[in-house]
Amino acid sequence: MLRLQDVSFGSILAPLSLEIVPGPSTVILGANGAGKSVLMRLMHGLLAPTTGRVTWSGGGRQAMVFQRPVMLRRSALANVLYALKHAGIRNGEEQAMAALKEVGLAHVALRPARVLSGGEQQRLALARAWALHPEVLFLDEPTASLDPSATREIENVIRAFDAAGTKIVMATHNLGQARRLGDEVIYLHQGRLVERAPVEEFFARPRTAEAAAFIKGELPWA
Amino acid sequence: MTVHTDFPAILLDPGLWQIVALSLQVSLSAVFLAMTIGLPLGAVLAVGRFPGRGAIVVVLNALMGLPPVVVGLAVYLLLSRAGPLGELGLLFTPGAMIFAQTLLILPIAAALCRQAVEDGWREYEEQLRSLGVHGLPAALTVLWDIRFSLVTAVLAGLGRASAEVGAVMIVGGNIDGVTRVMTTAIALETSKGDLPLALGLGVVLIAVVLALNTAAHLVRDAAQRRFG
Repeated sequence: MLRLQDVSFGSILAPLSLEIVPGPSTVILGANGAGKSVLMRLMHGLLAPTTGRVTWSGGGRQAMVFQRPVMLRRSALANVLYALKHAGIRNGEEQAMAALKEVGLAHVALRPARVLSGGEQQRLALARAWALHPEVLFLDEPTASLDPSATREIENVIRAFDAAGTKIVMATHNLGQARRLGDEVIYLHQGRLVERAPVEEFFARPRTAEAAAFIKGELPWA
Repeated sequence: MTVHTDFPAILLDPGLWQIVALSLQVSLSAVFLAMTIGLPLGAVLAVGRFPGRGAIVVVLNALMGLPPVVVGLAVYLLLSRAGPLGELGLLFTPGAMIFAQTLLILPIAAALCRQAVEDGWREYEEQLRSLGVHGLPAALTVLWDIRFSLVTAVLAGLGRASAEVGAVMIVGGNIDGVTRVMTTAIALETSKGDLPLALGLGVVLIAVVLALNTAAHLVRDAAQRRFG
């Protein structure tokens, strides 16, 4: 449904081709600066590729959750309603409340979004995406700046998205998270797509030296 | 206003308070009008990408230093009997003063707003684009979201309006009871040699500006605590 053909971006991402299909959760793994964020932004259409083409043949919506959530200076509920309104959905109160409930934020619906904690704001970002019922959800290091308990809550919501049939595409450098949430791994190294494999296979038998070194090096912090 | 020689006594003069009220009416109206036009203009400049944008930004920044007497002269020519807007009969009325001050403050409103929205835009752009919000709706979203930061632009405009004498003197004429405001009264009393009265008026003017700034500061502080 999402196809990248010979897509490159400046000197950050070397030309690569890949297809993202509905179903299995895709984790984009790589060290900082490997090009994960750029690849996600190309997929989501926030960046235009220098060369190549990105084609999206899904009929549904895409949504993206960033490493640091950007909340509007209004209530949590109003933040979700804003997303719904601009997706062409009027009178979305019920839908918005259901989304807040899903991420466990119904009790702070009327609180200003910016005074919520970091973990709550990230869950609110997920609620904003949830309300849109996206066909694919891009997550760019969604828990990189959160503590372990907030991270657990975010991961639970991501699992719920997956269970509800949303395709998950997540960038992370956290191997534990990749194992917990991913079905397949796309491994980037210095702007190149080095390896793509099912999660178990990637960790058990990495085919490239770069991937093996990354798994070995990162494991202590996973 | 009757003639006084000592400062505390003028505070009891209703004529003084009439002058203060007119000053506030003119300056606050001008600030309101300039913000209404200038803030959306600045927001669009901050978010939009079109040819000539850089030039407009430079001109706008330069116009922040527009000399009030020049604006006064231009408005005088516009509003004079033979001028293009002469039929409005605005010359030597508070309306003319509001008109001139609006022109003076407009570049300040637009330029400071552009800067504030541009800073906000850096934070919001990706999120808004991801939600499919572009162009004017995106600009207005950011403008509304940084509304507390815009207090600075409002205060800068108000400071400019309440302090200037050149424009209101030329288009208002400093007519006692009609178009006399604090700054023109101070200029007049100084040239008449009534320095204590001029000084007293100056103290009142500064006190009024200080009070408005304090109020704005408190509002902004409370809002930021409330909304984060």
